[in-house]
Amino acid sequence: MAVDPSLAGRTFPATPPYQVTGERIAEFAAATGSTYDGGPAPATFPIVVAFAAMTSLMEDPSVGIELHHVVHGEQRFSYTRPVVAGDELSATLSVDSLRQLGGADIIGTRSEIVDAAGQPVCTAYATLVHKEERP
Amino acid sequence: MSFEAGAVLPEQQFRVTRADLVRYAGASGDRNPIHWSDRVARSVGLPGVIAHGMFTMALAGRAVDTWAGEPGRIRELGCKFTKPVIVPDDDEGTTVTVNGTVSEVTDDTVRITLDVRCAGEKVLGMPKAVLARG
Repeated sequence: MAVDPSLAGRTFPATPPYQVTGERIAEFAAATGSTYDGGPAPATFPIVVAFAAMTSLMEDPSVGIELHHVVHGEQRFSYTRPVVAGDELSATLSVDSLRQLGGADIIGTRSEIVDAAGQPVCTAYATLVHKEERP
Repeated sequence: MSFEAGAVLPEQQFRVTRADLVRYAGASGDRNPIHWSDRVARSVGLPGVIAHGMFTMALAGRAVDTWAGEPGRIRELGCKFTKPVIVPDDDEGTTVTVNGTVSEVTDDTVRITLDVRCAGEKVLGMPKAVLARG
């Protein structure tokens, strides 16, 4: 099943606020072998929030994505400021591009991650590759 | 560390075991079973359990933080996920190697071109980082 062609240009609802605690950052840092000193979170920490936005996209029945056929093709973060404990983050995902390549849908997404005041923290760009079921 | 265009940064190596992947699955919320179940990984055509692409990217970010001397200076970080990092079910695991070269220095930023490998093969495509100058 192919992805709904009208997906390009769609913006999805913001994810519920995610409370960033020191414990959460420490757990993420430890899982990637980093240490956490109470300052900035590791650079890829915002994926936790972006991932929630991507999951909402992939689980939306109107989109037509089959979750187990999705591969993460590319990821880029652009930071306004580092994430710190005490942040309350939410992500709003938009589909910037949709194209077909060799039987796969290449879905370009952008998640704008903002704090409780609505101020930008980070933009996470993810390319998702949705492969058709092999015959 | 002072950054000059063309500088080759010290190589960093990271050992990756199945235990790391389980911890990362919990910390990141990505519980896709291809990162912990050989059975599921093989059912989708992989040779076995692979690391999360984002886990490998996190190691690249960690390497950049180490070169920068502190976390929080990364302004951009990006890569393609080109080859899987296969993590065997033993105590040794596998090793991810991160190298970096300073490709550009401006008044405000330092651009680093990365090279991220496992078993000699590049696993990330065009990995790069931009740091705020200290």
